[in-house]
Amino acid sequence: MADVMKKVPVREQEAKRRAANFEEVCYGYNKEEAMEEAVRCINCKNAKCIAGCPVAINIPGFIQEVKSGNIEEAYKIIGKDSALPAVCGRVCPQESQCEGKCIRGIKGEPVSIGKLERFAADYALENDIKPVCAENKNGRKVAVIGSGPAGLTCAGDLAKLGYDVTVFEALHELGGVLVYGIPEFRLPKELVVKKEIDKVKELGVKFETNVVIGKSTTIDQLMDDEGFEAVFVGSGAGLPMFMGIPGENANGVFSANEYLTRSNLMKAFDESYDTPIAAGKKVITVGGGNVAMDAARTALRLGAESNIVYRRSEEELPARVEEVHHAKEEGVVFHLLTNPVEIIEEDGWVKGMKCIKMELGEPDASGRRRPIPIEGSEYVIECDTVIMSLGTSPNPLISSTTEGLEINKWKCIIADEDNGRTTKEGVYAGGDAVTGAATVILAMGAGRAGARGIDEYLSQK
Amino acid sequence: MYKILKAEKLADQIFLMDVEAPRIAKYCEPGQFVIVKMDEKGERIPLTICDYDREAGSITIVFQTVGASTEKMSKLKAGDNFRDFIGPLGCASEFVEEDIDELKNKKMLFVAGGVGTAPVYPQVKWLHEHGVDVDVIIGAKTKDMLILTEQMDKVAGNLYVCTDDGTYGHAGMVTTKIEQLYEEGQTYDVCVAIGPMIMMKFVCLLTGKLKLPTIVSMNPIMVDGTGMCGACRLQIGDEIKFACVDGPEFDGHLVDFDQAMKRQVMYKSEEGRAMLKLQEGDTHHGGCGNCGGNN
Repeated sequence: MADVMKKVPVREQEAKRRAANFEEVCYGYNKEEAMEEAVRCINCKNAKCIAGCPVAINIPGFIQEVKSGNIEEAYKIIGKDSALPAVCGRVCPQESQCEGKCIRGIKGEPVSIGKLERFAADYALENDIKPVCAENKNGRKVAVIGSGPAGLTCAGDLAKLGYDVTVFEALHELGGVLVYGIPEFRLPKELVVKKEIDKVKELGVKFETNVVIGKSTTIDQLMDDEGFEAVFVGSGAGLPMFMGIPGENANGVFSANEYLTRSNLMKAFDESYDTPIAAGKKVITVGGGNVAMDAARTALRLGAESNIVYRRSEEELPARVEEVHHAKEEGVVFHLLTNPVEIIEEDGWVKGMKCIKMELGEPDASGRRRPIPIEGSEYVIECDTVIMSLGTSPNPLISSTTEGLEINKWKCIIADEDNGRTTKEGVYAGGDAVTGAATVILAMGAGRAGARGIDEYLSQK
Repeated sequence: MYKILKAEKLADQIFLMDVEAPRIAKYCEPGQFVIVKMDEKGERIPLTICDYDREAGSITIVFQTVGASTEKMSKLKAGDNFRDFIGPLGCASEFVEEDIDELKNKKMLFVAGGVGTAPVYPQVKWLHEHGVDVDVIIGAKTKDMLILTEQMDKVAGNLYVCTDDGTYGHAGMVTTKIEQLYEEGQTYDVCVAIGPMIMMKFVCLLTGKLKLPTIVSMNPIMVDGTGMCGACRLQIGDEIKFACVDGPEFDGHLVDFDQAMKRQVMYKSEEGRAMLKLQEGDTHHGGCGNCGGNN
C-alpha cells in the first residue's frame, strides 16, 4: 500500500542523461498512476485549491473524474476554465497556488494537482478530443495582439462566445513566451504547444504571424480601417534589462531573452537550423527566476559548465521549487548571496566576472530581506559567457503608437484587473504588458478577464 | 508566404529582390528595415528596405552574401517564396517628420558605401519627391561592385561616384571625396552616412573635425528585431540603445564604432562553419577548425 501522505512519484528522465539532451525532463503520470494519485484528493466541500488557481478550475471536480477513469470528462471540466491545460500542468507554480492551498499538504504532501492536470490534458491531445465550439457566430470582429498565454486564452474565450477573432503575432511562430522563452525540455513545442494552439484554431480563431503592431499597423488602424470593434493587447513583457556594470557589452554577454530565443525559437541547439548560438564552455547566469533556471539548464545541455549567480539566498529564489531542484540535480552550480560588479573582458570577449559577497539585511519593499554587499569580499569567477536574467521592461511599441492608451510610471499599460479595460475605449489589455513579467497562468487569468470585459462592452454597444 | 516578384544580381555578391508584402508596403518609411526568414530552418536576417511600392504592395530589398544564409537566399528566383517577411521595423529617418520648407533650406550630404547604397536610395528618393535636392557620394571597392548609380542619379542633386581602386569615377575612399568637396569650398548642414561600419567610423571621424552633424544607420546582429533580445545593443554616448527599436539611425558622433565592430563579428566562426558545411556538403570532413572532422 502506497503512503497516502506522499504524492505518487512521477517518472523523470534521469538527471545525468537529461543534462545532455533537450527532451522533456518529466514523463508525467500514466493512467494507472494518475488514478492512484487522484484517490488522495479528499474532495473538500470548500475546496481551497480552486481559490488558489488564477483561472479557478474546478479541481476536485476533475480529479474525481480521473479517479473514476473518466479522463475525457476530466479534460472537459478543466477546459471550461483553461485554454492551455497541457501547458499549465507543466509550467504553473503549483506549490504557491492550488497545491499550496491543498488540505493534504498540512500533514503530508499536497495532491499532485499539476501532474493530474497535465495527464488529463495530454490524454486529450493524444486522443484528439475536440473542444466545444460556439453554436452561433455573431460575426463581430475582435483583434488580439500577441499569441502568448494571455492572447490565446482571450481569443479562445471570445471564439467560444461566437466572436470573429484574429490574433496578430509579431514573431514567425505562434505561442509567445511558450515558444521563445520556455525551453523544449520543460515544454515540448511540437507535442504540446502546437497542439494546444491547434485546439484554439479549431474554435475558429484566425492567426496572422509577422505582424508587429505599432509598426506593421497600429491599433487605431485595426479599428478604423479593418473593422475590429475591440482589441485585446497581450503583447508580453518586452525589453531585457541589463545591470549597467562595466563590460556588459563584451562579446559573450547575452540577455536571457536572446540566449533562450536563439535556442528555443530559432532552435540553435539543433545543428540542422541555421541560427548560431555561442554555447560557451563556462557560463554564468545572473538571476534567480524561472527564466534564469531555463537559461542555466539550456547552457548545461549545450555542453557548458553552468553556474547561477544570485544576490539573495536560496529561500528568496523566485523560481519554482521544481526548477531549482531539477537544475541542481542536473549539475548547475549555485553561487548564492553573490552579486556581479564587473565583467572582465579581453579583446572584447568575456574572460570572467568580478563578484562581491552579499549578506541579508532588513526586509525591503518586496518584503524580502535586502541583500547588502560585504566590503572587500570581491573575487573573480572565470567564465566565457554571461547570461543576464534580470527581468524586462515594457516594450513601448504599442503604447507609443496608440492614441489615448495610457501607461503607468513603470511604462506598463494601465488596465482594470477585473475586465482588462484600458483608458482607450474598446481596447483591453492583460498579461505581462500590464503587470510586468509574471507567470503563464496569471497571463491566462488576465486574458480570460479581458475576454469577459470585451464581451460586456460589445454586448452593450 | 511572401512571394518574390523579381530577383536580379546587381553586382558581384549583391542581389536585389522585389517581394510581395502589402502590409509592410502600406506604412513603411525611409530608414526602416525588414527581417526575412527564408524557410523553416533559416535565420532571421535584418535587411534594409531599398524601395517600396504602396500600390503594388511590394518591397524591394538588396543584400550582399556574407554567410551561409544569405548565400542560400541569393539562389532564390522570381516565383519563389520567403516563409517570413517582417516589418517595417525600426524608426523612420528623422527628416520624414521635419518641416519640408526647413528641409529645403538645409544642405544635406548622403554618403553611401557598397551595399549601403540601397538604404540611402529611398531616403534620397523621398526627399527628391518632396522637392528637396541633396548631394550623394557613392563609394565601392571597384567598378563592378557599384550599385544603383543610375537610379540614384535620377533623384540626387550632385552625384559623386568613387571607387577605391580608381576603376570608375573619383579614385579613393568616400572620405577623400568629402575632404575634396570641403577644400573646394562646399559645406553641408547635415550628413547621412550608411555603409560598412568601418566606413561610417571614418566618415564620422572626418565630419567630427568638419563639425558636420552626421547620422549613421547601424546594422548590428539582431534576432527578433522588436526589442526583445537586446543582441543589437550599442553604446551611444553614455547610454545603451537597441538598434532595432531606438534606431537603426543614430548620431554618428556618439556611436562607439570599435565596440560595435567587435560585437558584429561575434558569430563569425559559427557562420564560417555553417558556410563550409554548405559548400562542402556531405564531403565536409573537418578542416574548418570547429567540428573535429565528425560532421
